[in-house]
Amino acid sequence: MKERIALLVNSEEYVVDVEPYWTLLDVLRREIGLTGTKKGCDSGDCGACTVLMDGKAVDSCLVLAVAAQGKSILTIEGLARDEKLHPLQEAFIEYGAIQCGYCTSGMILSAKALLDENPHPTEEEIRKGIAGNLCRCTGYAKIVEAISAVAEGK
Amino acid sequence: MRFQYLQPASLQEAFSLLAQHSPQAKVMAGGTDLLVAMKMQKLSPSVVIGLSQIPEMAGVAYDSSSKAIRIGALATHQEVSSSSAILEKFSHLAGAASLVGSRQVRNLGTTVGNICNASPSAETAPALLTVEAVVNIAGPTGTRQVAIGDFFTGPGRTVVGGDEIVTEVTIPDPEPNSAGAYIKLSPRRAMDLAVVGVAVFLSVRNGVCDKARVALGAVAPTPIRVPDAEAILSGEAVNDNLLEQAAQAAMKACRPISDVRSSAEYRREMVGVLVKRAIREALGRSRNQEGD
Ligand SMILES: Cc1cc2nc3c(=O)[nH]c(=O)nc-3n(C[C@H](O)[C@H](O)[C@H](O)COP(=O)(O)OP(=O)(O)OC[C@H]3O[C@@H](n4cnc5c(N)ncnc54)[C@H](O)[C@@H]3O)c2cc1C
Ligand code: FES
Ligand code: FES
Repeated sequence: MKERIALLVNSEEYVVDVEPYWTLLDVLRREIGLTGTKKGCDSGDCGACTVLMDGKAVDSCLVLAVAAQGKSILTIEGLARDEKLHPLQEAFIEYGAIQCGYCTSGMILSAKALLDENPHPTEEEIRKGIAGNLCRCTGYAKIVEAISAVAEGK
Repeated sequence: MRFQYLQPASLQEAFSLLAQHSPQAKVMAGGTDLLVAMKMQKLSPSVVIGLSQIPEMAGVAYDSSSKAIRIGALATHQEVSSSSAILEKFSHLAGAASLVGSRQVRNLGTTVGNICNASPSAETAPALLTVEAVVNIAGPTGTRQVAIGDFFTGPGRTVVGGDEIVTEVTIPDPEPNSAGAYIKLSPRRAMDLAVVGVAVFLSVRNGVCDKARVALGAVAPTPIRVPDAEAILSGEAVNDNLLEQAAQAAMKACRPISDVRSSAEYRREMVGVLVKRAIREALGRSRNQEGD
């Protein structure tokens, strides 16, 4: 039976009717229409569905939408401010850290969570920070470069 | 995946929901095992009871009156791996929690869920086996305490009954000059289950090992302790010969299987190598402490 819930996504409240077994990922994409968050494996392995929940990176395919009530959710759509991209988004473009783009939203949100907690990570810390995000295209080197560039304020 | 989701606000409410809906009900903490199992249709409970709203099960804390660390059933691997009390007293347990899956999984998955799921390779189990951890299990008629060594009964099986909930794990203060090590062997450095997990915890005085604990993961139907290896080290100044004997004892005690991750022979061989390595690491750490 569907239940009416309110979700706070990118500082906006969305009221949606959801089945209890729908994941946050499916509700974001299908019910709210925020399709920037991607579905790869649907089982926690790829990180394409990463969003921040109360500032922490989580796989939204492993969160029930009903259990996300009362939390502040940030998706890739919530990063840009006043038509201006977030520095991580700018750096990913500038350093060629995006090829097909499927991993990018999750990658950027993992990177944001990392830099919020540790603004000057080592390369090893960056690699660990994005260990839960698979990229089939870039070989990761340019992603790591882009994140370091933001950390170093370049 | 289809189920009814109930979110009790207290333990009492959780028990009455469990009583009402068992055996079709499953409790859920972080959901990182349960949701995946349901998506793969290995499990299909009609009712899922989410524990996340039960405040007394949250967090990691040190209780100075009982001199024990308390890991609530809702404490995530991230909280366990960054808890200052755990880092100070049981850094090998913090280390094990920090090796689970990815940051996204550690922000959701709980340490108590890890042992309740009872995979033979459960990351935090070997370290918990080395530190006299006690599992607090609550049921409709009261609570009971089970030593972690008596908790696992088989792959995916524990002593927790269908009407019971684990509320917390407590760990008493270690002996002075104790130090541990946990080593996870897996082909990839992240997002991989252990092929072998080895935990060691030693207390050392004047170069002599007073008390030793050795535990293994992923090489038997449950995580296990190795009393024979512990006896070899206890009361001794550990040298290469004893290290070799302890390693042999651990290789004898394990009962590994061959699967996609590794052959049984390789697992057993690596148990020997890693037990030695873990003991050396723990000894090194305890020396640094004595030097302080
Ligand atoms: C991508 C990925 C990578 C992973 N990597 C690792 C890894 O490297 N090492 C590792 O060990 N595990 C790994 N796991 C497995 C999982 O994340 C851990 O076992 C985790 O600790 C489970 O905790 P949870 O809170 O999510 O449990 P849940 O999924 O909520 O529950 C697991 C089981 O325990 C029961 N349960 C939970 N809490 C209680 C309670 N309080 N009382 C009674 N029963 C309870 C549930 O009914 C269920 O049967 C991985 C999982 C994923 C998805
Ligand atoms: S879709 Fe969630 S981790 Fe792959
Ligand atoms: S850019 Fe294609 S998966 Fe990362």
